[in-house]
Amino acid sequence: MIELVSEERCITCNKCVQVCPMNVFDAVEDAPPVIARKQDCQTCFMCELYCPTDALYVAPQVDTAASVDELTLVAAGLLGSYRLRGWAVPPGAPRSTDQSFRLRSPE
Amino acid sequence: MSVTRLREAVSSSAAGVEHDADVLVIGGGPAGAWAATSAASQGGKVVLVDKGCCGTSGATASAGTGVWYVPPDPARRLAAIESREKLGGYLQDRAWMQRVLDRTYESVNLLAAWGYPFPHDDDGSERRTNLWGPDYMRLMRRRVRKAGVTIMDHSPALELLTDAAGVVAGARGIRRQHGDDWIVNARAVVVATGGCAFQSGGLGCNVLTGDGYLMAAEVGAELSGMEFSNAYAICPSFASVTKTRFYSWATFTYQDETQIPGAGSHHGRSVLARTLAAQPVYCRLDKADEATQAIMRASQPNFFVPFDRAGIDPFRQRFPVTLRLEGTVRGTGGLRLTDETCATSVAGLYAAGDAATRELICGGFTGGGSHNSAWAMSSGYWAGAAAADYARQAGPTRARRDLRVAGGVALAASNTAEFDPAQITRAVQAEVLPYQINYFRTAEGLTASLDRLDWLWAALRAAGPSAAEHVVKARESAAMAATARFMYRSALARNETRGMHKREDHPRQDAAQRHHLVSSGLDEIHVRVQPASARAPQEIAA
Repeated sequence: MIELVSEERCITCNKCVQVCPMNVFDAVEDAPPVIARKQDCQTCFMCELYCPTDALYVAPQVDTAASVDELTLVAAGLLGSYRLRGWAVPPGAPRSTDQSFRLRSPE
Repeated sequence: MSVTRLREAVSSSAAGVEHDADVLVIGGGPAGAWAATSAASQGGKVVLVDKGCCGTSGATASAGTGVWYVPPDPARRLAAIESREKLGGYLQDRAWMQRVLDRTYESVNLLAAWGYPFPHDDDGSERRTNLWGPDYMRLMRRRVRKAGVTIMDHSPALELLTDAAGVVAGARGIRRQHGDDWIVNARAVVVATGGCAFQSGGLGCNVLTGDGYLMAAEVGAELSGMEFSNAYAICPSFASVTKTRFYSWATFTYQDETQIPGAGSHHGRSVLARTLAAQPVYCRLDKADEATQAIMRASQPNFFVPFDRAGIDPFRQRFPVTLRLEGTVRGTGGLRLTDETCATSVAGLYAAGDAATRELICGGFTGGGSHNSAWAMSSGYWAGAAAADYARQAGPTRARRDLRVAGGVALAASNTAEFDPAQITRAVQAEVLPYQINYFRTAEGLTASLDRLDWLWAALRAAGPSAAEHVVKARESAAMAATARFMYRSALARNETRGMHKREDHPRQDAAQRHHLVSSGLDEIHVRVQPASARAPQEIAA
C-alpha cells in the first residue's frame, strides 16, 4: 500500500490525485496531497509511475501497513525505482525494452 | 417514483454537470477507450466517464499483456483459432474468432502508426504481440482526447436512465472529487466497466466490481456464461502482482521444503488450490536460466517490484504464494451480445471488453491475456461504432422530464435500514473467494452459498439509500453480490465440467450440455439454455 508522500520532493502537481484509480489521495491547497483513504490502495503502483519527482513510495504489502523511512528508502535506491526500471517509456523515447516475445515456457 | 427520484437527484446537485451526448461510454479501460474513439470518429458527441481515471484504471493499465496478433496468413489464422477450442469447451464461434483476429490486426497496426514503441527483434523488425499497460493506456487516453471525447475521471456511474419505453437514454453518477452529481443524456450507452474480481487484491483489479452487470441487469439485460467466472491467478501471498505465466518456471513446495507432487502453474493449479485450502504453499522460480531471468526482468518490470522491495530474490529464495480470484476479469462470462454490433438484449445499450461475454472467442476458458486484450480492442471498436450509428437514427435526446432512473439497490428510498458496504463486501467474498466453494464446485456447496447470497440480496433490497459519501461503495458491494448470484445460479445449472467450470460432482464434460447458459433478473435470477452457435467447433470427445 501507499506509505509515503515525500514533503521534500513533492512539487504539489497533484498528478497522483488524478491518476490513482482508487481515489486514495486528497489534494490540499498549497501543500502536498495527503493519503486520505489508505485502506483503498490496491497496490497497483500507478501513482509512482506518474510522479515526476519520485516523491511516492508504495510498499509491496497489500494487507499490512509497512513502516518506512524516507532516508532508508533513498539509500536503498527504492524511491523511484519502478520508474527507473524502464516500464512506461517516456513519450518520444526509443523503443520499449519489452522482450516478452522471446519467452518460451518450459512446459 | 423513479421519475421523482431523478428530479430530486437533479435538483439536489448543487453544482453538478449535465451533458447531452450521442454516445456515453462507461469505463475508460482499453474497451472503453476504443469504443470512445470509434464512436467519436463518426462525428457525434461522445462522453466517457471512468470510476477512477481513464489511462490508469483497470486490469490492463498496470500490467503487461500479450495480444492475439496473428498476421493474415490463412494457415496461421486457422492454427490460432483451433489451438484453444478444446480448452474453451467448444463453445466459441469461429466467425467471431476470425473477425476478432482481423480487427485486432488492424487495431494493433493503428497503435504502431500512433507511435506505440513496439520492440524490435534481432532482424530489426517490430514485434507487435505484447503491450505494456501503462504505455498503451496513456497512448489510448491521448487518442480519446484527440478524438474530441469529453473525459470525466473519478466520475463513477451509479445507474442508467431509460425513457418510458425502457430504451436506455444515458446514466447518472457522482463526481467524487467535486462532491456533486453528473447526468449524461445519451442516445446510446456503451458499458465497458470491466469484469468483477471481487476486490481480491489482484493487480489493478479492485476497481472491477461488476458495476456494469448490475446497471445493465437493472434495465433487463441478459448475461451469458457467468459460470465461467472462477479464474484464479498465482501471486506472492503478500503482494498484488499477478503474473501466472512466470510461474511456469516455478517449483512449488510445502513448508518443510519438499516438493508438492503435481503442482504447477497450468494443469497443476488445482493441486495448488487444494494444498492452499489446508496449508501454505511456497515457491521459487528456479527453472529459469540466466538468459530467461534477464528476459523476464526486461519484459515485466512490475513483476519484480514487490520482490525487490521485500528483499527477496525470487529465482533463488522461497516465497509464499496464493491464488487470487480474478472472477470474470479473466473468466469469460459477461453481458450477452445479440449480434455483431455488440448490442445487448436492451435497446440503446452496448457492451464491450470484460463487461461483455468473451465466450464468443474463448468459450469457457481463458488462459492468457492475449485473447482478452484482443477482445477489448475489437468489441470496443464495434460497440462504439454501432452505438454512434444507433444514436444517429434515434433522433433528438429525450427531454429530461421523460426519463427515469433504473437503479434500485442502495439507491431507492423505500426503506431506512443500515447499509454497511464493507460488511456486505466481506460477506460476498466469504462466498466467492474460498477454493472449496468456487474452484471445486458441487451442487451442495453452490446451493448453500446461494441461500446465503439470496438472503444477503434481500437484506440489501430492504436497506435504504446510502449516504452520498458511501453510495459508490454501496453500489459496488451490491454489484458484487449480484454478480456472485449470477455466477452460482449458472454454475448450478451446468451439471458437468467444461472450460474453467469444474464440478466435483460432475467431473466429466457432457456433449449434451455444449450450450450457453443465459442469466437475467435481480431478485429472482433466471437461467435459460441457449444453443451453441452453428459456427461453433465440433466437440471432440476428451
